[in-house]
Amino acid sequence: MQEAPFDDQFAIRLARICGADCVISDPQELRTYECDGLTAHRSSPGIVVLPRSAEQVAAVVRECVARRIPFVARGSGTGLSGGALPRADGVLIVTSKMRSIIAIDPISRRAIVEPGVTNLAVSKAAEPYGLFYAPDPSSQVVCSVGGNVAENSGGAHCLKHGFTVHHITGLQIVTPEGELTWLGDGTGAAPGYDLVGAFTGSEGTLGIATKIIVKLTPIPEAVTTLLAAFTTMGAGGAAVSAIIGSGILPGAIEMMDALAIEAAEAAVQCRYPEGAGAVLIVELDGPASDVEAQTAAVRAICTAEGAYEIRAARDAAERTAIWTGRKSAFAAVGRISPAYIVQDGVVPRTALPKVLDRISELSAEHGIRVANVFHAGDGNLHPLVLFDDSAPGEQEAAEKLSGMILDLCIEHGGSITGEHGVGVDKSRYMPRMFGADDLDTMQLLRCAFDPRSLCNPGKVFPTPRLCGEVPGVRRAAHPLVASGLIDQF
Amino acid sequence: MAGSLPAELRSACADVTAAGPADAVGGKQAQYVAAPATTEEAAALLRAAAGLGLTVVPRGSGGRLDWGQAPARCDLIVDTRRMDQVLEHAAGDQVVVVQAGIRLDELAKVLATAEQRLALDVPAGADGTSDSIGGLIATGAAGPLRYRYGSPRDLLIGITVVRADGTVAKSGGKVVKNVAGYDIGKLFAGSLGTLGLITEATFRLHPLPEAAAWITLNCGDSATAAAAVRAIADSPLAPSAIELSWPSAAASISISALVEGDKESVANRSERMRQLVDRATAGQSSAQTKRADERPGPRTPPASDDESDPAGSPADRAVADVGAAEEAFRVLRPSSDGRGRARIVVQVAFWAGQLTAVLTAIRAAGEAVALNPAINGSAGAGVLEVSVPASAPADTVADLVAVLRAGLDGLADGLPPSRASAVVLCAPPAVRDSVDIWGPVPSLALMRAVKDQFDPEHRMAPGRFAGGI
Repeated sequence: MQEAPFDDQFAIRLARICGADCVISDPQELRTYECDGLTAHRSSPGIVVLPRSAEQVAAVVRECVARRIPFVARGSGTGLSGGALPRADGVLIVTSKMRSIIAIDPISRRAIVEPGVTNLAVSKAAEPYGLFYAPDPSSQVVCSVGGNVAENSGGAHCLKHGFTVHHITGLQIVTPEGELTWLGDGTGAAPGYDLVGAFTGSEGTLGIATKIIVKLTPIPEAVTTLLAAFTTMGAGGAAVSAIIGSGILPGAIEMMDALAIEAAEAAVQCRYPEGAGAVLIVELDGPASDVEAQTAAVRAICTAEGAYEIRAARDAAERTAIWTGRKSAFAAVGRISPAYIVQDGVVPRTALPKVLDRISELSAEHGIRVANVFHAGDGNLHPLVLFDDSAPGEQEAAEKLSGMILDLCIEHGGSITGEHGVGVDKSRYMPRMFGADDLDTMQLLRCAFDPRSLCNPGKVFPTPRLCGEVPGVRRAAHPLVASGLIDQF
Repeated sequence: MAGSLPAELRSACADVTAAGPADAVGGKQAQYVAAPATTEEAAALLRAAAGLGLTVVPRGSGGRLDWGQAPARCDLIVDTRRMDQVLEHAAGDQVVVVQAGIRLDELAKVLATAEQRLALDVPAGADGTSDSIGGLIATGAAGPLRYRYGSPRDLLIGITVVRADGTVAKSGGKVVKNVAGYDIGKLFAGSLGTLGLITEATFRLHPLPEAAAWITLNCGDSATAAAAVRAIADSPLAPSAIELSWPSAAASISISALVEGDKESVANRSERMRQLVDRATAGQSSAQTKRADERPGPRTPPASDDESDPAGSPADRAVADVGAAEEAFRVLRPSSDGRGRARIVVQVAFWAGQLTAVLTAIRAAGEAVALNPAINGSAGAGVLEVSVPASAPADTVADLVAVLRAGLDGLADGLPPSRASAVVLCAPPAVRDSVDIWGPVPSLALMRAVKDQFDPEHRMAPGRFAGGI
């Protein structure tokens, strides 16, 4: 029996704050929270709380700070980098009971929501006003807006509509010191440093968002979804470059290779064209006349680049049919392989053909299958590295290949993550992309918010930075003040 | 004079001079001006400055040095004019990497050769010169395109900075989609040089539109104007800008929507936009459309010897042609009248749905202090600029700002605690000294903590930012 990391007093105090029904300490129940969407990393939390209000979150954090106990926030647990991996010696603060859409202001095109609200719920609530919440990660049915803020989530449509950070104009947060404060005022142009922008995408390390002001966007007048089949990935990639080069900015451009298509076909019978070596999904949205003209242009480009079949969805049902294969691809790969790693790397769009060729060479050299499903418009690759977890050594070999793909992305001037985040999974790759001074500078921000390193510690950075003095210690007069060179501010 | 230059500075940077009378920031005379040509040279310079305990103020084109509070001290001006190179223009990837000292207009020329643009249409500063890229990021300045593309922070995908101690750091990268590490670029955007020196920046680019049209309508009152703005913003016609211009209390309000795209699309959408605003304002206004089927190129401000209020009659100019309409908005925003006369500008940010109440609050504040400000800006994005001549007395401006803030306080509605702000962007030193230019700032304690981490000795533009940061 493992010894409980906290004394009973601590659990009682948490229960007093949140109510006994909102504190979980039973080892069986704790196991429910041992991982997020990335199941490779697991750790049962010391204790779980499910606060119902921002004030309760703040009170819980203050209890943690008083006892130097680390804490981790978790939304719906759909993250793919282990960003919400709990600490065995810490508290997991779950926002799933904070699910209120507080207000929708259709004229200002803003919504104020609690962090546990699902991404899709915001769009549904805005729909009667002809508005929607643009960032749409593929887990949007379940993923929480609070988690989206932490990860700066993207999705298929961020090519045109931007990432979460472009749609957040204000945040109420509980700081790692337990203070409830507002960053920004909902205008998007609040005075002072842009802490809303700095907080968004900080992976839960700068505090816990307790209220979120999001921008809403008018629902496009028309949407057309095209499915184009090519015999080779090279031809599909050339079509992507030609579309973007023509000045058209589609809502989304997605691509799948033969192996990914095979898996999707096995799982959901998406009936993509026979014999496709690559399919491209191009979605165009905007004013009706523009969409019509752009649809014709994209068709012409795809045909010129060798597409042998092009389908167009004109209504929601047909659109769903096209997207089904793409959206099911990750899970579908489970049909053709016992286990797999979902990688998330980015390369400049023009490097896509070279990088894809190299991935298939690496796959052949190592005898490991790699299925490619990706956001081609912004060069965001999601190679799925397939392996058999019951065969000795296969997992290690797959992880090695997966790491080589990231190196390939960095070599071509790209990034180790486009949307899944660094979390625990990729902190060891950070030094391949950033120098020691870069990482040190980023951590200055961390130290400003979380001088005691209690807020989601061990994530994003491979080596924590010592923050020096922490609040509560009276500082001596500033050297320049002391010397009379500057005034005290 | 060279003999009086510290050897440490001279060995760190190839271009160091004693400061002249023009080398002052907010009335604070500098001792030295250094112009490094590379990030490495800038790093060596800031290390030397740190060793000497010098306070440092970065300077780009200098057009917005009157933004923010006057610094407490300014020993060394780091001038970025020699860092004026395009380091990489990856046209196929729609990305550009530049040194911070390059001017926006120079960059625009380079990008135009690939039919691309950086979607920032920032009007020139008080002296009429185009902004440096570093200055744009540091001030967060934006023009009418703010409505669709945001401010510099929204287009910035990578940044290289030099910290006060000379440490070089970068964040982001050369790809648009990237969530690796903290986004230091966001932190530096709008920081007025108080966190460090920006030396390089990477931006996302957009295709240069083939055609553009401004649809301008004149409205008799603010409620009609607000109805027009709402109709344009709610429309599916994808406007790039929604501008308001209200030159004085007695003038009519003009609302202008910018539609961009290929020729056919612009023709179609601008006609639909015209019909839509006519309907939305129920005959209370009359919309006029002016199109440019030629791509609008860089233009010089229209020459004018008109001595009336610079806010003039933008609608009249707007009907001349698209280029002139575009220019009208440039000239009217923010810090100059386009004829070399500085203006005091207060930026009012608010929730766009409260436009009528905000306009009422501005006019009420103007009446209360007997000033008749011009109001211009992105009504669609909820950012307006309220301006009065630079000759306005300091205490009257202080009263204007105080009454205006009190009016804006009334717009709060529970959450968040405040929904609007009024910040004095630029003003003569006498005015800045007697006005609380920032007003209340949310989370000031966290901002101070950030400053303490990045610049523990408070040598970077000390005192220029909110809360004395």
